[in-house]
Amino acid sequence: MIDMIVTDPTLLIEYTLMAMLLAVGVAIVRLRDLFAVVMLLGVYSLLSAAWFVSLDALDVGFTEAAVGAGISTLLLLAAMLLTARSAEPVSAIRHWSAFAVALAGGAALFYAIGDMPAFGDPDAPANAYVGLQYLERTQADIGVPNVVTAVLASYRGFDTLGEVVVIFAAGLGVMLLLGMGGRKPRKDGEGEE
Amino acid sequence: MIMLWINMAVALAVAVAMALMLSRLFAGPTLYDRVLATNSFGTKTILLLLVYGVLTGESAVTDIALLYALINFVATIAILKFFRYRSLEIALAQMSLRRAIGGGDDE
Repeated sequence: MIDMIVTDPTLLIEYTLMAMLLAVGVAIVRLRDLFAVVMLLGVYSLLSAAWFVSLDALDVGFTEAAVGAGISTLLLLAAMLLTARSAEPVSAIRHWSAFAVALAGGAALFYAIGDMPAFGDPDAPANAYVGLQYLERTQADIGVPNVVTAVLASYRGFDTLGEVVVIFAAGLGVMLLLGMGGRKPRKDGEGEE
Repeated sequence: MIMLWINMAVALAVAVAMALMLSRLFAGPTLYDRVLATNSFGTKTILLLLVYGVLTGESAVTDIALLYALINFVATIAILKFFRYRSLEIALAQMSLRRAIGGGDDE
């Protein structure tokens, strides 16, 4: 353990983050107080964002922090305020069947890992065909040091624009259906738990 | 080598603080304990990221940590505001005024 830490000191941080992700995940499943669950989901997003950063995926980490810890916490909070404050207890059989489904899904993913090319394999599809072209030409074509950002925002700029339009249309549709600001706030139980 | 151990000790201390915040987040009991714990946990996440940046020598992590700090702050304010007013549409400047008149919640 000590040798591993000296050769790769960031391992300890990654293990810490993963252990905390696990603890938060278990707590989200166990807790019945929905406000605590919403807060914990925000913490979960923040932790996974930090973990993405430790995996050198800065873009993904930033998006996860903005969307997961920022916006979705508020959305879930708003949804919770419209419904109940605490979840009803779920029967044990449903717990275990959900656990079995999750376990089967995880096992399938682990089974699929075996077919993946090794990390950094020069013959892997990501390193062999069009990816090389992107790596060679991005600096000259666009001049952005981060290739992922260049592909997303410049090479596939129209694609990304189309996605933004779709999301905007979806949001507009939800707003039209639900109405904005027309709802009177409830008067009972303000502020406290 | 000494610097490495110092950095690791700092990371460990921050991790212990994070675990303490998590225990407060799990146990509650009131809403404000949890909001405070979430905010503090976010701050510790930022500190851990910064230690990570120092360990690996990547300066880009500092920018990300700054962005996390901004998001953390805004999210905490938004959560508290949402719980007080059940809406994000009221401007912060009007809040004290509304409370002074006594019409904050039933308009």
